[in-house]
Amino acid sequence: MAWEQAVSDFDPVLGLEVHVELSTQTKMFCGCPTEFGAAPNTQTCPTCLALPGALPVVNAVAVESAVRLGLALNCSIASWCRFARKNYFYPDMPKNYQISQYDEPIAFGGWLDVEVPTSTGGRIHRIEIERAHMEEDTGKSSHVGGQTGRIHGADYSLVDYNRAGIPLIEVVTKPIEGLGEMAPDVARAFVAELRALVVSLGISDAHMHQGSLRCDVNLSLRQSPSHDFGTRSETKNVNSLRSVSRAVRYEMQRQGARLKAGERIVQETRHWHEDTGITTSGRSKEQAEDYRYFPEPDLVPLAPDADWVEALRAALPELPAARRRRLAAQWGLSDLELTAVLNADALDVIEATVADGASPASARKWWLGELARLANERDVDLGHLGIFPADVARVIALVDAGTLTDTMARQVVDGVLAGEGSPDDVVAGRGLEVVGDDATLQAAIDDAVAANPDVVDKIRSGKVSASGVIVGAVMKATRGQADAARVRELLMARLEISP
Amino acid sequence: MPAISPEQVAHLAALARLDLSEDHLGRLAAELEIIIASVATVSQVATEDIAPTSHPLPLTNVFRLDVVGGSLTVEQALMAAPAVESDRFRVPRILDEES
Amino acid sequence: MTDLTRMTAARLADVVAGGQASAVEVTQAHLDRITAVDHDVHAFLHVDTDGALAAAAAVDTARARDGRSGLGPLAGVPLALKDVLAMEGVPTTCGSRILEGWLPAYDATVTRRLKDAGVVILGKTNMDEFAMGSSTEHSAFGPTHNPWDLSRIPGGSGGGSAAAVAAFEAPLAIGTDTGGSIRQPAAVTGTVGIKPTYGGVSRYGLVALASSLDQAGPCARNVLDAALLHAVIAGHDPLDSTSIDRPVPAVVEAARHGDVRGMRVGVVRELTGDGYQPGVQQRFDEAVVLLQELGAQVVEVSCPHFPYALAAYYLILPSECSSNLAKFDGMRFGLRVGDDGTRSVEEVMGRTRASGFGEEAIRRIMLGTYALSAGYYDAFYGSAQKVRTLVTGDFAAAFEQVDVLVSPTAPTTAFKLGEKLDDPLAMYLNDVATIPANLAGTPGLSLPVGLAPEDGLPVGLQVMAPVLADDRLYRVGAALEAALLDRWGAPILDGAPTL
Repeated sequence: MAWEQAVSDFDPVLGLEVHVELSTQTKMFCGCPTEFGAAPNTQTCPTCLALPGALPVVNAVAVESAVRLGLALNCSIASWCRFARKNYFYPDMPKNYQISQYDEPIAFGGWLDVEVPTSTGGRIHRIEIERAHMEEDTGKSSHVGGQTGRIHGADYSLVDYNRAGIPLIEVVTKPIEGLGEMAPDVARAFVAELRALVVSLGISDAHMHQGSLRCDVNLSLRQSPSHDFGTRSETKNVNSLRSVSRAVRYEMQRQGARLKAGERIVQETRHWHEDTGITTSGRSKEQAEDYRYFPEPDLVPLAPDADWVEALRAALPELPAARRRRLAAQWGLSDLELTAVLNADALDVIEATVADGASPASARKWWLGELARLANERDVDLGHLGIFPADVARVIALVDAGTLTDTMARQVVDGVLAGEGSPDDVVAGRGLEVVGDDATLQAAIDDAVAANPDVVDKIRSGKVSASGVIVGAVMKATRGQADAARVRELLMARLEISP
Repeated sequence: MPAISPEQVAHLAALARLDLSEDHLGRLAAELEIIIASVATVSQVATEDIAPTSHPLPLTNVFRLDVVGGSLTVEQALMAAPAVESDRFRVPRILDEES
Repeated sequence: MTDLTRMTAARLADVVAGGQASAVEVTQAHLDRITAVDHDVHAFLHVDTDGALAAAAAVDTARARDGRSGLGPLAGVPLALKDVLAMEGVPTTCGSRILEGWLPAYDATVTRRLKDAGVVILGKTNMDEFAMGSSTEHSAFGPTHNPWDLSRIPGGSGGGSAAAVAAFEAPLAIGTDTGGSIRQPAAVTGTVGIKPTYGGVSRYGLVALASSLDQAGPCARNVLDAALLHAVIAGHDPLDSTSIDRPVPAVVEAARHGDVRGMRVGVVRELTGDGYQPGVQQRFDEAVVLLQELGAQVVEVSCPHFPYALAAYYLILPSECSSNLAKFDGMRFGLRVGDDGTRSVEEVMGRTRASGFGEEAIRRIMLGTYALSAGYYDAFYGSAQKVRTLVTGDFAAAFEQVDVLVSPTAPTTAFKLGEKLDDPLAMYLNDVATIPANLAGTPGLSLPVGLAPEDGLPVGLQVMAPVLADDRLYRVGAALEAALLDRWGAPILDGAPTL
């Protein structure tokens, strides 16, 4: 069904579950390291391999991270709660139960404001948070023998348990109503904001492409807000912010088409395919899973001390939304300008560049302009480009001082990226300096004038634009280090043409 | 008193990943009923006002520090595995996709 | 020198420390005894001859180098370890086909503490599969036979440990007790067995049956030996979240100073009378009279919810075990059945578990799966946990009136092999007196108080004490034991048939 029709005929209800993988040193219930990319099964122990007899012990930092995230999401923190076993069989889950939290999450009842740009300016949606709870991650399987490495058609699977037991916090929203056509954008904005939040708290690196932030999208449609909720689908494998909005959009269209055709929506888990832009059916959830939850008998209850919680609250860093507002005000940015900065993911680097002395305007110009272009070319993000905010600030300072022209400044940047050292090293190394003394410029101008008599005639006869040829020749002679504006000035003066 | 049907027993066996014969399931249905009937006694005294105990001890807040230690070598991890390939546990093909 | 195998553990430790016999000699004497009698008794599933002799040799070396002071109180004393505890590199089966051949990659904490203390582990003892049973008939490897009468059961689930001690194959053994599996075998074999306060001994490496009930404990032929062993294995373990972080009760001190003068002893009304074999009741009553003669004040106490304990136990245990046994699926260790390259993981798991688990294990897994199922949780598992609260309340109330509680340990003496196999409910009734202590986490001890007149088989008396008052068990036990020894002229096991 066409998007416009889906939006006009139905009212979507959205639910998001985001799994945040914590960046603790060790796993949730054992002392195994959590580094990404280690050789298979080199980060396991009796506990996370679920060898008979092994027992879990809770990671204190994981609990602290969960409380801090709960506080940052404006949740209430449970004064007493427990872990629970979620029982089901699956090869990547060694115990065949997952230690999670069931009816006693550590944090519950909060909210997160997300801002979504519209044609009339940014609009803030308050997304209500049902709960945030702790659980452990599963191992990773690779499937051998089928096509595309997917499960279907595979002959067998190989399992690596390095990831099994890594701490996760699952954040679950309440059903989000009343979004209409904004649903895909709000979904994306929520995940992006949550991501920024966990990064600012320092509890996760939240790399969606590495799986340290995962999103499941729940979506249902109904005829109108006054109708009951419809049947929902759950879509997994949504591995990027872009996928979040695309998946929501696709599901709205898919479900809309089915409902229009009089077909039922099956309550099921679906799998998002980034390459084809569709969801396909996974497991049917018609029979609700019977996880046989019961309180985890190998662990004792958590009773976070109220004073400790308050101390954590007081020590929370400036959260992303507040920081954005503050910087936008300090830098005098309009909403549109702020959006551009955020879209380029340049807030941090600009802030750092300003801290190193550059003006906000210059910092923005460089990061959103030349540096963004270079980053795109190299297919990296700004943070990984290879030039530090301090360097950029230095380049800006050199331009402001007149030591470098813009063109030369770009060469300096290239030099830094090429590994030639700091901006000053590059300037010295390449001998890049604005030719500032008029005598040198006059000499070069004289040479160019002598070499281009016909152009000079053109200039004298009124075709001032032809001066570009002389200026160009002078620039060439000075290897681009002349200040073109000054050259033009001197040329006109020599030819006795008033500006 | 809930009576247990053959379908229910079969469903429980599937949940528990026990591939049992029809005969065995039939026997279990009878045994489960007897046992269940006798343990339903507990509901006689387990009234609303009683709090359940999940732990015999009133311990809370037992943690460990976030410090690395205690891992096995990859050989130790794999030593008891029925099947291994490329330092991973080789398992039969998975039908049901999960997460 | 008297037969080393007839010596107490305390005496053996002294003999080794004093140099009258080497640890290797002591170990060899016990290995010879095992060779002589174990084909009849079948207490052992695995005898670790090389490992035991090496451990003994190490004790001798330490003694030669550091003298007496370099040795712990039980150095060089042989011990039999119930096969439910992980021992690195030594077959650990838990009495089940599904773990046949499993060599653990790690030691249980109990195992580690024994090794560190210089205790010589002779091998692993037989047990009901995964500790489910009261007769050791549910072992996948054939039953153990009671040394008092080889046609009878040795009790269960730890029949192997108790029989090894009763048959003089080892002066010490470790058992585990979830519903009476140390105490009931002690009672029917004429030995001493203790279930410590829950959390008193680490469960790390103890293959879990019911996590909130399981506890490892000492088996011996006399109260002091048991206390010495208790002191070696008990104490906080950071690898077990449910272990108690308090000093170990002064059990050895108490065992050396048995004295009931001025103590208030409560006979539990609900654990006597109907359902108890007349000879068992008689010997129990006589022992109670003896306690009075020794200066104890004896009263009858009512624990009105104890009659519900069995029912609650048979809901809690299967529920927890259905989850604990889920890890046995043929993927990472143990038996794998049916993997012909075409079958799915679900099928292979199903076949492995159906063939690897015995009848009783399957029965309890099914019951537990049912009790935890959606819709039944409140009525079954939930209610059972409430009965637990009530039983704990009964103990608390009783211990306001008395210092210890006493009862017969088991309703009958050792029954014949095969006698109760067809009636699971009749089998479960063996645990009626021992289960309340598991539900409440309180400690319990069983010691022999005579032979039943009608069959000449051992009768055990159970002492129960408040949480963390394990020393009280030993104080009462030692006093009673000394008085009985006085009366009998020789330890009860001297009257056991020659094997």
